[in-house]
Amino acid sequence: MAYLELDHVSAHYPGAAVPVLQDISLRLGPNQLTVALGPSGSGKTSLLNLIAGFVSPSAGRISLDSQPVQGPGADRGVVFQDDVLLPWQNVQQNIAFGLELAGISRPAREARAQELLRLVGLAEFGERRVWELSGGQKQRVGLARALAADPRVLLMDEPFGALDAFTREQMQALLLNVWKRTAKPVFLITHDIEEAVFLATELLLLAPNPGRIVERLSLEFGRRFAEGESARTIKSDPVFIETREYVLSRVFSQQNTLEEAL
Amino acid sequence: MSSTPLALQSATARISEQTGWQISTRTISLLTAASLLLAWWAVTYFGLIDPLFLPAPAAVAEKGWLLATTGYMDSTLWEHLGSSLQRIGIALALAIVTAIPVGIAIGRNRIARGIFDPLIEFYRPIPPLAYLPLIVIWCGIGEFSKVLLIYLAIFAPIAIATATGVRTVDPARLRAAQSLGATRSQLIRHVILPSALPDILTGVRIGLGVGWSTLVAAELIAATRGLGFMVQSAAQFLVTDVVVLGILIIAVVAFALELGLRALQRKLVPWHGQGH
Repeated sequence: MAYLELDHVSAHYPGAAVPVLQDISLRLGPNQLTVALGPSGSGKTSLLNLIAGFVSPSAGRISLDSQPVQGPGADRGVVFQDDVLLPWQNVQQNIAFGLELAGISRPAREARAQELLRLVGLAEFGERRVWELSGGQKQRVGLARALAADPRVLLMDEPFGALDAFTREQMQALLLNVWKRTAKPVFLITHDIEEAVFLATELLLLAPNPGRIVERLSLEFGRRFAEGESARTIKSDPVFIETREYVLSRVFSQQNTLEEAL
Repeated sequence: MSSTPLALQSATARISEQTGWQISTRTISLLTAASLLLAWWAVTYFGLIDPLFLPAPAAVAEKGWLLATTGYMDSTLWEHLGSSLQRIGIALALAIVTAIPVGIAIGRNRIARGIFDPLIEFYRPIPPLAYLPLIVIWCGIGEFSKVLLIYLAIFAPIAIATATGVRTVDPARLRAAQSLGATRSQLIRHVILPSALPDILTGVRIGLGVGWSTLVAAELIAATRGLGFMVQSAAQFLVTDVVVLGILIIAVVAFALELGLRALQRKLVPWHGQGH
């Protein structure tokens, strides 16, 4: 059973002739980690914004468990590229913010926040102020906050784009572990080809003008990591390298803004 | 996790390095004040200026004691100070409870912006003393007129600062809260208002400064009690020591209000200037 479905969805910017996204259909189900990869202008951010409900489609249907999606909601947790934590709350309060909005009692909120802090490896950080955290730690808190209200799907908008290479690898590993443990469908957008190939169980290649899906790949590397294989073994596997080079060539061949993809 | 304490250590090391070989700004300020006081004492002690124009520091201090115990113009110094503080306190409280909602409305709502923006921008640049006569004609010379005048002076800076703060809230922060299930009113209460708080407090600081100068000026014209009134009536009888004393107290109160608000700002918005 698919949780989230997009059925021939298109989106326009007001006044623009070419649609940002044209005729997108996809399904996000449990145990799937769908990654949208594409150059800037290919509409991957718009795609995430559509699913999150920040913008509305101009055609087609988006539904979650057969219910149409209308506007943002707590059933779709979002992790943003930049940290959007609330600086007047400490780490634990930030994680429990969605629960506070939903009127959950304080003891229940704190217990849930503590559980998530352990999940993202920040068990000792609950009382910290958010501005004392490093970039990677902030993204961990962002992930914990998005998971706190137990959303049906997890949406991630270039979540590791602003991190250094070492932290990024740690975060990818953390994400795969969390994904395996929660079994939630994850939808992640990125312009990092290696990241996309490593994480995805379904990889969507997007092309611009108009934004559309040009290829879909089913991959196993993220799953293999989640089953316990090491990241280095996977990334030095000839199959991984071959896939990465293939995706790279596909991205090169269908777009002209190369810098973004590199 | 170890990078923060390290960065802090090196920052403090740099600061103490600097203070090691140069005197601090605060010391320079204190020395300036002390020099001025010394100069004041010297010119009066050696009789260079007639006490009618500038009484000696000791005479002013003595007069201060007299004012605090027996009073001037039927009221003690505390009563003058108290009524001035009461006026600005009431006006400030009214301005805060009205200007912040108006500022939020301007920042969030196109129609509210269309209504309030021109009104505020129209009256804000007018010196309050220019419309004081009109307020006196309409509302008389009672307490209400003075509070209204100060209220109007404080209202504009707070409303404008609030609107700016509300407009500049990071849109991603709003989206994040919406995707956590925030309703429109929760968004204002839990995200927009705290995000705008640094700007609101700056507005209150500016407003209070403007309000204090307006208050003293208003009391110069129509009052029977208050610091401005005390200075004005003393000037009419050439009681220069009371005039000097009144000016000093007005300055000290303004300075204390500013310091208090800065402390409040540090306490309420410690994240300000921390990259947020």
